[in-house]
Amino acid sequence: MISFSGVCKRYPGGREALHDVTFSIERGEFVFVAGHTGAGKTTLLKLVAALERPSAGAVIVAGQNVGALRPAAVPYLRRNLGLVFQNQKLLYDRSVFDNVMLPLAFGDLPEREAARRARAALEKVGLAGRERANPIELSGGEQQRLAIARAVVNRPAVLLADEPTANLDAAAASAVLELFAAFHRVGVTVLIATHDEGLIARAGHRVLRLAAGRLAA
Amino acid sequence: MRAWLRQHRRAAAAALARMVAHKAATALNLAAIGIALALPAGAYALLESLRAAAAGVSLEPQLAVYLKPEASRAEAEALGARLAKAPSVREVRFVPREQALRELQAVEGLAELAAALETNPLPDAFVVRLRPASGSAEARAAAVEALAGQLRAFPAVAHVQADPLWARRLAALVALGRLAIGLLAALLAFGLIAITFNTIRLQILTQRAEIEVAKLIGATDAFIRRPFLYLGALQGLGGGAVALALVWGVLAALDTAVAELAATYGSQFRLRFLEPADAAAILAFSCFLGWVGALMSVSRHLREMEPT
Ligand SMILES: Nc1ncnc2c1ncn2[C@@H]1O[C@H](COP(=O)(O)OP(=O)(O)O)[C@@H](O)[C@H]1O
Ligand SMILES: [Mg+2]
Repeated sequence: MISFSGVCKRYPGGREALHDVTFSIERGEFVFVAGHTGAGKTTLLKLVAALERPSAGAVIVAGQNVGALRPAAVPYLRRNLGLVFQNQKLLYDRSVFDNVMLPLAFGDLPEREAARRARAALEKVGLAGRERANPIELSGGEQQRLAIARAVVNRPAVLLADEPTANLDAAAASAVLELFAAFHRVGVTVLIATHDEGLIARAGHRVLRLAAGRLAA
Repeated sequence: MRAWLRQHRRAAAAALARMVAHKAATALNLAAIGIALALPAGAYALLESLRAAAAGVSLEPQLAVYLKPEASRAEAEALGARLAKAPSVREVRFVPREQALRELQAVEGLAELAAALETNPLPDAFVVRLRPASGSAEARAAAVEALAGQLRAFPAVAHVQADPLWARRLAALVALGRLAIGLLAALLAFGLIAITFNTIRLQILTQRAEIEVAKLIGATDAFIRRPFLYLGALQGLGGGAVALALVWGVLAALDTAVAELAATYGSQFRLRFLEPADAAAILAFSCFLGWVGALMSVSRHLREMEPT
């Protein structure tokens, strides 16, 4: 589903954030990207979502060479990916419900079917009662779950999350982790970047460990 | 197809909602665009009124042939017969000097002057209407001029007046006016694009977060652009409507005064509002310019907004 071969990433003017990274993730796998701050975890996720392009090597996602993708093809790649970002990028000028409706706006779904899906996604993350609320009124854990609902409402094949449990207390973090596990159980490929070793140990999934941009064995 | 329509309906609705939500800014923009467009549109309406007045006067070529005062009635009749036979002539009307004087006396304000005359100073004259010839304006003018030249050669003829000079001057003036209006319109079209460019730039900045999220979750550039293009086009259209309303209002206010003034000169001249086709063209043009301004703005600013 996702494979890196000999991937390097050098930011303009910076040092190398990733160096000769090679790995492969099968469809339906649950994988953690671990490492200290600055190890290159976020960079790795950005390469998968075509938010950055590799300086060298090939990034293949669902059979497509992401590094060589035409700009016009990028949106269609992203519709197959559910992205949950560190700063959740929720929109505070509209309701919880409308935030989840966002990814459905450019699909071909009729209005009512889209609304039904949005409600189903909110129900899945336990926010069914908060539809009309503004995201600013939600707790940190609830905001994170809203971000997940928005990421999965389009039923993507791959779910990418960057530090999804940062700033959450233990209970909220477990709830979020359980959500990812639930999506994994229905066949979604899950890739989570985190520096939370406790979380990784508890979940017990495959781990890609980064140290200073290199993949450790 | 249905999905495509739905996308456009949503984008248009979003743009309208945005205009309604920012009533003050929208009103200011519409006023700015409307006033800018009202200048050339109003000037054009005035010019068209003038042109219509001029057209009523000189639709077909006409010659006035004045005879020498000493020419006899027999000479006049001979000339009349010659004129009637000329192939390019449609109608010859003889105006005897007595009739010319009576007509002069009938003109308001001139009656006393005419009465004060001891002898009739007016000559016999022919008013010759020509057949509307085909060919270019220059060729027709040349044909009229050639006939005028032939008539001047007759010993009884004192003076031949081809197309009245003032009509030619007016035509030249109208052409000049059109050029000036064209230049003004081009300049203000540029202004309209600049206004829209800036409105859309501000709108893009305020919606920065939304645009970044949209890009993250797989919105195409066309999707992100669409509501802004609608916003620009709707603003242009609204501005065009304001311009037409302004022109209509000003013309209506002026028309009574102008009609009274024209009446004192014995003229039926009235100001005319723009033809429906012209009004529609102005609306379409301003709508198009708004769209262009939005497109330029959006193309320039969306590129700077890649999510990170
Ligand atoms: N946009 C950027 N420009 C320049 N350097 C960057 C940029 N993003 C990240 N880096 C650098 O790349 C390295 C890896 O960063 P990152 O992938 O964010 O690590 P992590 O997510 O593991 O903390 C760091 O040294 C960081 O400073
Ligand atoms: Mg990071």
